[in-house]
Amino acid sequence: MLANYLPVLIFLVIAAVLAGVLLGLGSGLGRYLSRAPNDAAKRTPYECGFDAFEDTRMKFDVRYYLVAILFIVFDLEIAFLFPWAVALSKIGLFGLVAMGIFLAILVVGFIYEWKKGALEWD
Amino acid sequence: MLASVSTVWSALPAYAQSTAWIVVITVALIISVALLTLWERKVIGWIQLRRGPNRVRIFGLLPGVGQPFADVVKLLLKEVIIPVRANKVLFVLAPALALIPAFATWAVIPLSPELVVANIDAGLLYVLSLTSVGVYGIILAGWAANSKYAFLGAMRSAAQIVAYEIAMGFALVGVLMVSGSLNLGTIVRTQHGGPLSWNWFWLLPLTVVYFISGLAETNRAPFDVAEGESEIVAGFHVEYSGIAFALFFLAEYANMILISALTSVFFFGGWLSPLDGYLPEGGAAADFLMAPSFFWLGLKIFVFLFLFLWLRATFPRYRYDQIMRLGWKVLIPITLIWIAVEMVMSYNHVGPWAT
Repeated sequence: MLANYLPVLIFLVIAAVLAGVLLGLGSGLGRYLSRAPNDAAKRTPYECGFDAFEDTRMKFDVRYYLVAILFIVFDLEIAFLFPWAVALSKIGLFGLVAMGIFLAILVVGFIYEWKKGALEWD
Repeated sequence: MLASVSTVWSALPAYAQSTAWIVVITVALIISVALLTLWERKVIGWIQLRRGPNRVRIFGLLPGVGQPFADVVKLLLKEVIIPVRANKVLFVLAPALALIPAFATWAVIPLSPELVVANIDAGLLYVLSLTSVGVYGIILAGWAANSKYAFLGAMRSAAQIVAYEIAMGFALVGVLMVSGSLNLGTIVRTQHGGPLSWNWFWLLPLTVVYFISGLAETNRAPFDVAEGESEIVAGFHVEYSGIAFALFFLAEYANMILISALTSVFFFGGWLSPLDGYLPEGGAAADFLMAPSFFWLGLKIFVFLFLFLWLRATFPRYRYDQIMRLGWKVLIPITLIWIAVEMVMSYNHVGPWAT
C-alpha cells in the first residue's frame, strides 16, 4: 500500500535534481562566459532605467490579504466536500440532505461576503 | 535481443522500473515543452498571417524546428544575474520550486491503461496539493527579487491563482461525485463507453469552469496579468535571466501540458477511445481505433494545448478587476449550482448514476 507512494517520492527527487543540475550548470557556464563588467547598472533592480526610487518592501493593497483569507475558508469547505463526494453512492438520502444543509450555510456566507463588497475590486 | 531486454526489464525491482519510467517521462516532457514553444510561435504566427520562426534548422528537418534547441543553448550560456538587495537563497530557490511540482505531478497521471508511475488512491489530492505548491515559486520569485514590478506581479498572480483554485476544487468535487474515487485511473475507467459517457456530457459547466481555471492557474493569456508586459514589464520574473528564467518558462509550459492532460483525464476520458462503440466489430484497424491507448490521451492533450494557443492569439488581456469578478462571481456560483444539480441527479439515478 505505502509502496505505491515510493514512485511519487522518486519523481519529486528527480525533478529537484533536474532543477538543481540546470541551475548549477547554467549559472556556472554563464559566469564563466560573462564578459560584461559586474557593475551597479547591471545588478540593480529594473525600474525603467531610473535608480530605484524607494524600497520595494512597501505597503500594498489589503484586498490581496482579504482574498487570501476568503480562499482559506472556501478551500477548507472543498476539503470537507471531497470525502463526501467519494462516498456519495453509499450514504444515501441522509448524506445528501446533510451536505445540502452544509452547502446552504456555505452559500449564505458567500452571499454575505458578496453583499459586503468583499469580492469587489475597484 | 528484444527478448533479453524484456527479461532484464521484468527482472528489475519495481522501484527501478518506476525510476526508468520517471526518467523517460521527464525527458519526454522537456522535449514536448521545447516543441510546444515552437508550435505556439508557429500557430500564433499563422493566426496573425505571419510565418513564425523559420530560420534555424537541425538534422535537415523543416526550417524553424531548431529554434527551441538554439534557445535552450542560448539561455544556458547567459549569465544568471542576482540583483543587489535580493534575497539570494529565495531568489535561487524560487525557480526550482516552480519547476518541481510541474514535473512531479505527472507521477499520478494515467498515461495508458497499464502505465501509471504511481497508482495511488489519493491521486487527485496529490495533484491538488502539488499544483498549489506551484504558486510558492511565483510568490517567492517576486518577493526575493526586491523589484517593484516583480513584487506587483507576484501579488497579482497569488491572488488570481488562489481565487481560481476554489472554482477548480469545486469542479473536481463534481467529478468525484460521478467517479467515487480519488484514483485518476479509476476516474478514467468510470467514463468508459464512447464520448457521450465521458464526464463532459453531464458536467459540461464544470468542464468549462475547469479549463478556464486552468488557464488562470497557469497564468496564460487572457489571464496573464502576472506578466503583463505592457504594464509591469515581465511581472514576477523580470529580474531573472539565463537558466533561472528558463526554469520558469519550462515550468509554465509543463503546467500547460499538465492542465491539458488533467482536463482530458477528468472530463474527456483520458486514454479511452472516442470511437469506442462507433465502429463495426472485427478487423484489426477498427480494434486498434476502439482500444484505449496512450495515443488517444496524447491526441486529447494536443487538442487542449492548441486551445491554449488559440485563446492566447484571439483574446485581449483581461483587466485585473474583471479577472477577480469572473473567478468569484461567475465561476464559483456556477460550480455550486451544478453540484446541487448533481445531488438531485444522483438521488433520482439520472445520467452517470443510472445503474
